[in-house]
Amino acid sequence: MSFESAGYQLLPVLPELVLAVGAMALLMLGAYGKETTRLVTGLSIGLLVVVGALELMLPAGKLTTFGGSFIVDDFARFLKVLALIGSAATLILSAEFLADPSRRIFEYAILVLLSTLGMMVLISAGDLIMLYLGLELMSLALYVVAASNRDNAKSTEAGLKYFVLGALSSGMLLYGASLIYGFTGTVSFAGIATAAKTGSIGIVFGLVFLLAGLCFKVSAVPFHMWTPDVYEGAPTPVTAFFASAPKVAALAVFTRVALTAFPGIVSEWQQIVVFVAIASMVLGSFAAIGQTNIKRLMAYSSIGHMGFALVGLAAGTVEGAQGVLVYISIYVAMTLGTFAVILTMKRNGQHVESIRDFAGLSRTNPLLAFFFAMLLFSLAGVPPLAGFFGKFYVFLAAIKAGLFTLAVIGVIASVIGAYYYLTIIKVMYFDEPLAKLDPMRMELRTVLAVAGLFNIFFFVYPGPLVSVATSAAKSLF
Amino acid sequence: MTTWPILSVVTFLPVVGALLIYLSRGDDEAARRNARWIALWTTLITFAVSLILVWRFDAAQPDFQFVEKAQWLASGITYHMGVDGISLPFVILTTALMPFCIIASWKSITQRVGEYMMAFLLLETLMIGTFSALDLVLFYLFFEGGLIPMFLIIGVWGGPRRVYASFKFFLYTLLGSVLMLLAIMALYWNAGTTDIPTLMHTAVPRNLQTWAWLAFFASFAVKMPMWPVHTWLPDAHVEAPTAGSVVLAAILLKMGGYGFLRFSLPMFPLASHDFAPLIFGMSVIAIIYTSLVALMQEDIKKLIAYSSVAHMGFVTMGIFAGTTQGVAGGVFQMVSHGIVSGALFLCVGIVYDRMHTREIAAYGGLVNRMPLYAVVFMVFTMANVGLPGTSGFVGEFLTLVGTFKVSIPTATAATLGVILSAAYALWLYRKVVFGKLTKPSLASIKDLTFRESLILLPLVFLTILFGVYPKPVLDMSAASVQQLVNNYNTAITAVKAAALLQ
Repeated sequence: MSFESAGYQLLPVLPELVLAVGAMALLMLGAYGKETTRLVTGLSIGLLVVVGALELMLPAGKLTTFGGSFIVDDFARFLKVLALIGSAATLILSAEFLADPSRRIFEYAILVLLSTLGMMVLISAGDLIMLYLGLELMSLALYVVAASNRDNAKSTEAGLKYFVLGALSSGMLLYGASLIYGFTGTVSFAGIATAAKTGSIGIVFGLVFLLAGLCFKVSAVPFHMWTPDVYEGAPTPVTAFFASAPKVAALAVFTRVALTAFPGIVSEWQQIVVFVAIASMVLGSFAAIGQTNIKRLMAYSSIGHMGFALVGLAAGTVEGAQGVLVYISIYVAMTLGTFAVILTMKRNGQHVESIRDFAGLSRTNPLLAFFFAMLLFSLAGVPPLAGFFGKFYVFLAAIKAGLFTLAVIGVIASVIGAYYYLTIIKVMYFDEPLAKLDPMRMELRTVLAVAGLFNIFFFVYPGPLVSVATSAAKSLF
Repeated sequence: MTTWPILSVVTFLPVVGALLIYLSRGDDEAARRNARWIALWTTLITFAVSLILVWRFDAAQPDFQFVEKAQWLASGITYHMGVDGISLPFVILTTALMPFCIIASWKSITQRVGEYMMAFLLLETLMIGTFSALDLVLFYLFFEGGLIPMFLIIGVWGGPRRVYASFKFFLYTLLGSVLMLLAIMALYWNAGTTDIPTLMHTAVPRNLQTWAWLAFFASFAVKMPMWPVHTWLPDAHVEAPTAGSVVLAAILLKMGGYGFLRFSLPMFPLASHDFAPLIFGMSVIAIIYTSLVALMQEDIKKLIAYSSVAHMGFVTMGIFAGTTQGVAGGVFQMVSHGIVSGALFLCVGIVYDRMHTREIAAYGGLVNRMPLYAVVFMVFTMANVGLPGTSGFVGEFLTLVGTFKVSIPTATAATLGVILSAAYALWLYRKVVFGKLTKPSLASIKDLTFRESLILLPLVFLTILFGVYPKPVLDMSAASVQQLVNNYNTAITAVKAAALLQ
């Protein structure tokens, strides 16, 4: 097969091209058709599935194009598929939000598609320019989606806040990138790796700024301030989106940059990542305790979870990368399931978001409560649920790398974190029931059932995910 | 020879029962009755199948039997099950006590019966799994997984302060265990496997031994519970429903002692030897201090809970004495305490069901209206005191003998604790059972019903049987205990010899 343009192989970017062209076509369809929100959303989900299939059909092994600035390896394949699953699930979860006749925003699906395109570029980035392109494409679409509930002041505020802070972080990232370019003379990760054998002060400076920008995207402490407000203000399906696919992409690029561009100066970035991981885990655990709004709580929970994922990265080894991959996969499943539950929380047609509203759910809706409780235990990392295995692999890597302090602080943070998950379970199981919830929508049931069953039965046959994650992690080294 | 995975069947049968209950859901009286019967039959069948284990068990063989192995997480982390003479008594204890728990909840649980029974059956699977797992990660999965059903049992069906008690129980135990998880990982990187039989024969570096021992200790000490991390136990006991207390006292506490026997002594012999004085100190404090605390209690369940802590002190002391008598006594004491404390909680549950109070002061003179109850309660009280002729005596005596060989001060102090245990137990018995029946609320209290006699009499029988004829339990564990003690002593002598040479 020869897919060539101006001397560059196009085959590796075929899925991205399909996605971009498809998104444009759907935009036209939406703009010129009438009442097309449902159709566009449905086709978008189909498009994401096709792109995922294409990604998996690409020739095996490591493919590069555009002079090494675009890389398709097992790592990229794994995370792209995961991001696509996250995006597709979000679109499914958004069905109700989009069905509201007063909104008529077919652009929503297009923006999710474009954001996903950005993520895919980001995951495959092989140099700093591609990284920035992907990051901005992803983020710009996200800013708009955050404000997609146009008549709602909170949603608009969320979008604006996200935009301003996001722009600031992009600036820092660019500054870091330019410093690194200045001190190494190259933008490609492979080139930087050869040039940065020793941590000269200039490179370390650039590294710090670069990592600061990336920390913002994964919402790791101390660049997490936007998360609770944006999570709370954005429409709930959008929050589900923020919590899943973009986190995958941001964590992917974080891992790739750290491990492939700076393998020579591990000790320099390791201390940063260790600090960020500890700070995120501890803050995520403590700050969530006082929350009464479930979406804000999930924001702090996601901060904490990013901290746990970064524990794996801090190890800086194959096991560490594998841990990150297992962790993020399980995290996406748990998050999507949790948000399916949160989206169900409707009483008399009104969405309710306070934790108190879950009172007595185990009696009014036992199955929903059971799945949700299992997801919460899993988020807390209690075996034998999936969340335990996520933590298991990252801490396994940290122990091997000798990061004992990090591991001990991490597990203690996970116990503190368990407290607030237990609080929700307590409200559901121990408290007296409130009025019954509205019946659960079909698509939410499906997402919850898939995520919930994955979560409960992961321990029976964990082999496939773990071995795919291992080969993905090995492709980075 | 075994052709079917009997151990896995025993372990996972209760889950099947739980699924059946789930399928027969509903909230009318018929569904509740179904749930009770399914749960009872499941536990009975599980018990029957577990007796096949006893029947086919070769007591002369110190190694693991009924071994099953299958691929699981990674090459070094497998699904590996098996029992030896140390774990089999606990497996049987679990399967034997579960039907009693179900019957004890027959009338007292009226809310959400199906869920209650499902939680208990799930808990049974996790408990049996804990005792028969031969892989550290698998063990951890079962060990920690038990928190989920127990948390719900205390929190949903518990008393007035159930939320506090369930949170305390969950977080305390979790905090202890996560450190053990890290130690498990360190062992994995040290030996490349978490296979327990392999790790027992792998020499662990001295430094790692110390840290891993401490981490495992953190987990088991909380679970056991040892002084000073025992404070979750009285709360959990008081708030839990009767059957929850029984499971907690009879089986969950034994996981700590089992952990010491299965991991601390064989895998970290040097660290165990180094830390033995610490354990002795904590055990003696537990025995004396918690006995004194028990003397001050106004709540019957709380008193028994504190006495459990004291009795577990004998177990830890015996185990870390590292002598044959001490270890065998520890195993026996745990089995005996499982029966006796479980029975005592059942006794408390019986009067609680009638009077809805556990205040000692609310009772008195029960012997006048409940002669049968008075007899049964007396047997268990005497067993709790450790009166010769009851199973409690054998365990305490053996642990004390075992400890005398190693540390006379410890054993002396612990013996004093026996007097204190007599003091609080007899005091409780006098307050509740003897005296004149003056309280008007007690005037119409009824003696044991048929159902209640049905659950208590077998336990009375076992308590006295093991008191006069402890051979079945001791024989079952003898070979494995002997091997454990031999390996422990060899490891320590080797180090001492090496130190002399230098």
